[in-house]
Amino acid sequence: MAQVHLKNVVKKYGSLEVVHAINLDIEDGEFVVLVGPSGCGKSTTLRMIAGLEDISGGDIEIGDRVVNDLAPRDRNISMVFQNYALYPHMTVQENLGFSLKIAKFSQSEIDAAVQNAAEILSLTDLMDRKPGALSGGQRQRVAMGRAIVRHPDVFLFDEPLSNLDAKLRTQMRVEIKKLHQKVKSTIVYVTHDQIEAMTLADRIVIMRDGHIEQIGTPLDVFEHPVNTFVASFIGSPPMNFLEAQIDGGKIILQDGTALTMPAGYAANEGQKVTFGVRADNIMPQNHAMPAGNNMALVEMEVSLTEPLGTETLLFAELAGSEVQAKMLNPRPVQNGERLTFEISLDKCHIFDAQTGNALKAQ
Amino acid sequence: MKRFKMPPWLVLLLPAIIILSAVVLIPLVLSLYSSFTPYKLTRPESLYKWIGTFNYEKALGDTKFWAAFGRTILLLTIALNLEMLCGLGLALMVSKVTRGQRALRTAMMFPMMFSPILVGFQFKFIFNDNVGLVNNALQSLGITDMAIPWLVDGKLAMFAIIFAEMWTSTSVFAILILAGLFAIPQDPLEAAKVDGCTPIQSFRFVTLPFLMPFIYIAMAIRSLDVARAYDIVQIMTNGGPARRTELLWTLIGRTGYVDAKMGYANAMGYISIFLAIFFTIYFFRKLTAARAELGMGV
Repeated sequence: MAQVHLKNVVKKYGSLEVVHAINLDIEDGEFVVLVGPSGCGKSTTLRMIAGLEDISGGDIEIGDRVVNDLAPRDRNISMVFQNYALYPHMTVQENLGFSLKIAKFSQSEIDAAVQNAAEILSLTDLMDRKPGALSGGQRQRVAMGRAIVRHPDVFLFDEPLSNLDAKLRTQMRVEIKKLHQKVKSTIVYVTHDQIEAMTLADRIVIMRDGHIEQIGTPLDVFEHPVNTFVASFIGSPPMNFLEAQIDGGKIILQDGTALTMPAGYAANEGQKVTFGVRADNIMPQNHAMPAGNNMALVEMEVSLTEPLGTETLLFAELAGSEVQAKMLNPRPVQNGERLTFEISLDKCHIFDAQTGNALKAQ
Repeated sequence: MKRFKMPPWLVLLLPAIIILSAVVLIPLVLSLYSSFTPYKLTRPESLYKWIGTFNYEKALGDTKFWAAFGRTILLLTIALNLEMLCGLGLALMVSKVTRGQRALRTAMMFPMMFSPILVGFQFKFIFNDNVGLVNNALQSLGITDMAIPWLVDGKLAMFAIIFAEMWTSTSVFAILILAGLFAIPQDPLEAAKVDGCTPIQSFRFVTLPFLMPFIYIAMAIRSLDVARAYDIVQIMTNGGPARRTELLWTLIGRTGYVDAKMGYANAMGYISIFLAIFFTIYFFRKLTAARAELGMGV
């Protein structure tokens, strides 16, 4: 068990810098998820922690050791790869025990550790099979088993679920969460799927273009995104953004619609802003929006509906932009139907239109 | 009366049947038949005398034949293993080259582009005891002042032949193994690094199992090549000195064309074929096993 510290870690390929001096402190036993779009540097960061990529600057510490120049085998980490990376010529048993065999453990110790891992991941019936004879989910479990037999200081997961189908992914997500509760190790997990990030993480690290945009608990980044990027990346469907201006204590949308301004933004009078609100906070009137909220009423024409069973997503146009709204307790809605929607102003976000950074309520 | 008409499939296959018969079937049957006669090129009428399995019995009891047989297996074993090791080393080094790798790969194939006859002449010159490069170099460097009889001493001659074989054909292994190295998925290698493998352990436990199918393919190809080795040996030593480098096919060639005993030569040829068949089956078994090991199916 160990903490992981990244101090001004830089990664360059030739003259191209892909990770820009990032700082990250991961507590012992913490489950941290690095999330971001493709090419944001999250996998590179993970591979630098693993030692599979050299670092071009800064320090990486695992436990109390600076591991910059240590080979992966000396870092006491284990890693689960996106493509599982099982050894195809070894049986499940041999795959699980391989790292211990390399570390020259006695056969009885190896057997015990392998047996233990196999029980945790219910692999006991598959021990004599080779990876070629396993399904995707089973391979994934073997890959995880291979990681846990060694009792490493840190587990690294590199998009471990992205090759699985949707149903299996949900199932394995739960398995990983349970695994973390059982082994209580530090876990660094990379994914581009914000739902995985939200459900698994103790803390989420949102990255873009080699920078860390925000670090926080899932609820924290969901409720208080620091900028429009984080706001659009976290949460599904993505947050609606509307260009607006603060004028006379009201938020004026581009078509002149005036919304009551949430408290605390008086200092930003006259500023151009981006008004952000999630679909969960735009609902047709009298449609289960919690009472007592500070509401704005707007009338919109529904252009498209996506029924999801327990709720229905409504697409409509407001002030020239498409917005998504949600209807709990769904009823059939015709395209082109005009409805009055409530926007919960307490749950909306106001960003600087230029920089995209969230404006703090005073 | 209705004229006989051949069925269409036979008409369509006829050209192929005629060509195959002329090129393969008739010579095969003829040679097989002649191995049961005392056929001598100088006495054509001997082709019509049936002597049963006499030639085969004679070959199986012939120490010269068995010596050549054993020597061929020896050459095959030594040359194949050395070529495999050198080819593997070469491939591993070339795979690490980042610049000019294409040019290097092309250069690696040069030895295969020369006719084996020319390679034979080239090494006959290099190993010549008077004017050869090797002796000149050794003497100039002061390592020896004697003329080492490379192609005259039995053991040294065998060494020289193996050396020439390796020079020509190590690249067969190098190229096939290189192809294998490029085909290895990187993930298991990275997993091995994280699992604690040193580079040597990674090679031993991950890279090598992946390469085995490629090695066995190269082995199968080369075992056929070496089992029918003729040209290089014929040129370099002509089976000499005193038959100490006589291989199966130089012996068979000599028996058939020099001694003109074609019936006997054919009988030895048919026995020798089994050697090639045996090695082919052996290496293909190994190949199938290695592929199954990797879960690549069969």
